[in-house]
Amino acid sequence: MTSPLLLSLQLALVTAFLLLVLGLPVACWLAFTRFRLRFLIESLVALPIVLPPTVLGFYLLLEFGSRGWLGAFWQRFTGHTLAFSFEGLVLGSIIYSLPFAVQPFTSAFASVDRRLLAASSSLGASSWRTFWRITFPLAFPGIVTGFALSFAHTLGEFGVVLMLGGNIAGRTQTASIAIYDNVQMLDYPTAARQSITLLGISFALLVLINALNRKRNWRLQ
Amino acid sequence: MTASGASLSVEIHLPLTQFPLVCTFEAQREVVVLFGASGAGKTSVLDCIAGFRTPLSGRITLGDRVVFCSERGINLPPRLRHVGYLSQQPALFPHLSVRQNVEYGLLDLPRTERDERVGAILERFHIAALAASRPAAISGGEQQRVALARTLVCEPELLLLDEPLSALDLRLKSLLLETLFDWQREHAVPMLYVTHEQSEAYSLSRRVLVLEKGSVVADGEPQRIFTSPISRERAELSGYENIFDAVVEEAHPALGTMTCRITESNLLLEAPIANKNAGEAACLALRAGDILVAVNCPSGISARNLLQGRIRAVEDRAGMVEVRVRCAAGSARTVPGSTQNDAPETEFCVHITRGALQNLALRPGQAVWIIIKTHSIQFLRS
Repeated sequence: MTSPLLLSLQLALVTAFLLLVLGLPVACWLAFTRFRLRFLIESLVALPIVLPPTVLGFYLLLEFGSRGWLGAFWQRFTGHTLAFSFEGLVLGSIIYSLPFAVQPFTSAFASVDRRLLAASSSLGASSWRTFWRITFPLAFPGIVTGFALSFAHTLGEFGVVLMLGGNIAGRTQTASIAIYDNVQMLDYPTAARQSITLLGISFALLVLINALNRKRNWRLQ
Repeated sequence: MTASGASLSVEIHLPLTQFPLVCTFEAQREVVVLFGASGAGKTSVLDCIAGFRTPLSGRITLGDRVVFCSERGINLPPRLRHVGYLSQQPALFPHLSVRQNVEYGLLDLPRTERDERVGAILERFHIAALAASRPAAISGGEQQRVALARTLVCEPELLLLDEPLSALDLRLKSLLLETLFDWQREHAVPMLYVTHEQSEAYSLSRRVLVLEKGSVVADGEPQRIFTSPISRERAELSGYENIFDAVVEEAHPALGTMTCRITESNLLLEAPIANKNAGEAACLALRAGDILVAVNCPSGISARNLLQGRIRAVEDRAGMVEVRVRCAAGSARTVPGSTQNDAPETEFCVHITRGALQNLALRPGQAVWIIIKTHSIQFLRS
């Protein structure tokens, strides 16, 4: 049986990686498009920040359940519902943490000096080369930040996971839910142990990122 | 010059916010200075040629390659145009070393050839010692040298330079210009050099294109261009507040002057002699700061133009006062009060200091004299 903490770390890591893959193209588009209705997409991406996690969780529960369009589809192919499963949690976390990945990615891409991109293309580079040799390396600190924020945000997720995953030990019981459970059962020592571990991981992660970015900025200046 | 024989042939039409860019010119394997005031559309022209802006219509050819043609739907992206573009900002890639910056445009070449060409250009621009440095660690002049080397190492078929050296001091600038011109002579490619400084336009090239509000208004040797009369539009742009249509009444070659009659009001003005005959139309320009105001009729004065008029308005502007004086024909060198009320008038805009305003206690309705020196009157190109 997977411990709540390990489950949380798995969930956060898988979510952060998938958000990297999905978020980079979205962010790249948002940063460079001249599409006039861009702000609509931006608002949609930012929605999970302001939405109460329970509201998001409620809608996802309906959608992921066996009566939901996606849930029914999933059940037909895998034999189990999307709700109350690890896969369901991953999908929910992707939506929940989307702005924490896409927003730093977007501002990192947008802050790359356009003159450098123009210089690159007038030196004969294709947009693919310009992206991998200029845009991506220069946006890298922001991409790391987005990855870490989505990881940390998923790690601390509570409302969506509770609504969507229930509280199934070893399958969907993440660390933050386990802490809540233990407090309810007045098992303060366990709650404290789990809390301090989460605190430590989150803090260490932020320290690491800031140190990396600082070192990098120092090299470029 | 034919379109097929030119190394660069440009014909673009692009509406900008202030005015349309309508520009047609050709260049051989020569240095051409594109001269114009800020906002005349110089950078937009370069952007169109480099492929960063798409003209609404037109055609741009480089040698025998058509890089843009609205009719045939051709619009090559910048990377396929082989155009070197250098602006005031070196735009070096901050995360790459000097060497990596310079070899960026040659990444498709085999390693040995790339190293050879990069090595040669680093030597030539005296930046070989900096090869391993990051752009942030070198000076502005060195950065611009690296940017130049990075552009030239690709051997572009056309060089576009948008005031590339304006941030550098004079000594550095002349050194870099020398290297640049040597390279141009060696490779014999057309080079368009944008500047808004007349002195630069004079010294850089034997051919200057003058761009005004998006159109080429003059094309030729700088000596000829900068001494010939300016257009009415350019006079308005460069701040001539008084511009009048006039007719030449009589030329006085012995005196070096010409009497001109302002069409609107039949006022007579003495202007410096120009290559015009009696009866010919002329356009006169006069700066508001070159006109004097007197409350009494001045005497014993060298100025040839003494007009009597009435103040219509006094406006306090930032740093100076604008006085608008209306004068009618027949008022010149006559006694105050003798003007007819219904005579057509010409309004002169006069700039004076706030001190002068207080001293003379000028107010609307007051009768005054205005004094204009002959040589402060300019003929405009008609």
